[in-house]
Amino acid sequence: MSAHTKFAPTSKTAQWFESRLPILGVAHEFLTFPTPRNLNYFWTFGGILAVMLVMQIVTGIILAMHYVPDTKLAFESVQAIRRDVNFGWLLQSMHANGATMFFIAVYVHMFRGLYFGSYKQPREVLWILGVIILLLMMATAFMGYVLPYGQMSGWGATVITNFFTAIPVVGADALVWLRGGYTIDQATLNRFFSLHFLMPFMIFGVVFLHIWALHVVGNNNPTGISVKTNKDTVPFHPYMTIKDSVSLVAFAIFFAMFIFYMPDFFGDADNYVEFNSLKTPAHIKPEWYFLPFYAILRAIPFTLFGLPATLYGLIAMFGSIAILAFLPWLDTSKIRSTSYRPAYKLFFGLFVIACLILGYCGSQPTDKAVLQIGGNVVLDMTGLAQIFTAYYFAHFLVVLPLLGLFEKPLKLPASIADSVLIKGGHGMPYGAAAEPQTKG
Amino acid sequence: MTTRIAALASAAILALFLAGVANAESGHETPKPPAQKWSFSGPFGMFDRAQLQRGFQVYREVCSSCHSMNIPFRNLSEPGGTEFTEAQVKALAAEYKVQDGPNDDGNMFERPAQPSDKIPYNFANPQQAAAANNGAMPPPMRLLAKARTYERGFPLWLIDVFTQYQEQGPDYIYALLNGYEEPPKDMVIDAGQNYNKYMPGHKIAMAKPLNDGQVTYTDGSPQTVEQYSRDIVAFLSWTADPSLEERKKLGFRVLIFLGVFLGLLLYVKKKLWSEIDYEKPIKAH
Repeated sequence: MSAHTKFAPTSKTAQWFESRLPILGVAHEFLTFPTPRNLNYFWTFGGILAVMLVMQIVTGIILAMHYVPDTKLAFESVQAIRRDVNFGWLLQSMHANGATMFFIAVYVHMFRGLYFGSYKQPREVLWILGVIILLLMMATAFMGYVLPYGQMSGWGATVITNFFTAIPVVGADALVWLRGGYTIDQATLNRFFSLHFLMPFMIFGVVFLHIWALHVVGNNNPTGISVKTNKDTVPFHPYMTIKDSVSLVAFAIFFAMFIFYMPDFFGDADNYVEFNSLKTPAHIKPEWYFLPFYAILRAIPFTLFGLPATLYGLIAMFGSIAILAFLPWLDTSKIRSTSYRPAYKLFFGLFVIACLILGYCGSQPTDKAVLQIGGNVVLDMTGLAQIFTAYYFAHFLVVLPLLGLFEKPLKLPASIADSVLIKGGHGMPYGAAAEPQTKG
Repeated sequence: MTTRIAALASAAILALFLAGVANAESGHETPKPPAQKWSFSGPFGMFDRAQLQRGFQVYREVCSSCHSMNIPFRNLSEPGGTEFTEAQVKALAAEYKVQDGPNDDGNMFERPAQPSDKIPYNFANPQQAAAANNGAMPPPMRLLAKARTYERGFPLWLIDVFTQYQEQGPDYIYALLNGYEEPPKDMVIDAGQNYNKYMPGHKIAMAKPLNDGQVTYTDGSPQTVEQYSRDIVAFLSWTADPSLEERKKLGFRVLIFLGVFLGLLLYVKKKLWSEIDYEKPIKAH
């Protein structure tokens, strides 16, 4: 890692300061950090996520200056923000759609990690910190969705908190404790607002650890093979900063299309109706980014040892996220990158499809028929969700442990630089490998 | 081998989705509202001032007897909406009485409304509104165009991203206002209920609200239910989303800026990366 030069400030002031707080050295270490030269654009989503987090915090703090966490005023105060605050419509839309964009980016970031084996030795802690960030994000987003106090806000909170009654012995008390009362009401709204304000800063803290861990073990890369020589890396700045910037602006364009042209695409019409605890909407469903987990929550059919099915649903839902933390030890393959694992490539595809179908199941009523033969419902949404919930867990508990033992991986390139030279052709003069033109 | 499994898997998934879609379309479901042409649809669509003003007239003369419109009068003269003149809005507000107070003697008093006051509503509370309307509270109208929708279904919702279709609410309300018909022979409609083709369940508490010739337009527009409903829906679309015009105009500028910026960044990125000699390590500065 020769790109790493020791930081030695030339100016006297900088030297004085550096010997008291070596913060300039840290900045220098960030800028010169050696990154594999073959990182593709999927690696830019980490930077996008960092910017999204800051954007959510900034817009959120401004919104909190105008928002009123009172059950009688909350809905109206969001409308007041959209109508009367200068650029309030923009801030509110950025924040609400920002949550969606945050999850899009985090899912891309995670599937990239899954595909290229970024969770494997020595990046286990880095990966587990990521899982913790995901959990915190989900809690933050769930509570944030309650704040506008529309029908889906209130009923979503009602349905999800109701699941906690399934916890043995303490369930009923836990429900009252969570809500601060028997129903979703003023106490619930106030605590959700408070926690929704707190949690982004907790995320910020874990992100700090996540980046710290990254700087200890270094980036994974599309080949999955470790950095061996200086030829394998480029300094973070300017090579990765410019690449991250390109990606960030492209992502901002995607984001802006929704903010300015389809601000309600990800929203629910029912949330434009103020919460009424006496009037249940026809279909209660969470935001899109929770749908696969919601499907798993509703999929468990059995009562066991006298405990209700909803308890197992709750365990399965949290388990579906918690299992990610054990991934480094469930995957027995030593090969990191799926590019060199032909059999796993197929299973990875199936896993992505399973997640999408679970998301679809979560968006539909449970009793909706999926497959009918001769007027009889052979398979309904719950059934479909059960099949793919089983597959989701089988992917981690059966496929990953066994595949590593039986799969025959492709031959790995000798080094990162080698893989770039073979694929990119930059090592030889342009056109040297091309076929000679027959015409002209 | 692997490709064959993948093909089989995707075929099975496709079959499942098709089965789901086919199932949704069988049975006696509410028909989907036909898509209408709206001046405010699409990335460059803006409101038609004259239409919004007619829509306000329909609201004031018909809808307002039952439905609330929780916006201040001043909105009616702000840019991007009906854009009445400030003098017009002041005169309009003065026609209404609002309660104010308490005064120095501690008494509430009535005064003419000002542009900063919200448009007054006929009923003091939801219960009163419900009691006067066969027990069904007429929904508040300000956000109605966004609060109503219909299921688009897969894959239409995905295609909507590219066609920029987002007028489910307006299309539904328009269809509903034009969907009062004679009920099918086998359907029993209770007293206080009305048959509507587009209402989920087909039973709606609101009686047919608009009739031909009911509102007198001064600009020569046709005085038909069809035109009234088109105008009121446009007006409701504005009250639900008063920043629509500002939003689209600013969005256009933002996208042009980001597009140019992306082009410049891509150029710099290409140049920087093309100068890397892949045979040699690169030293940080």
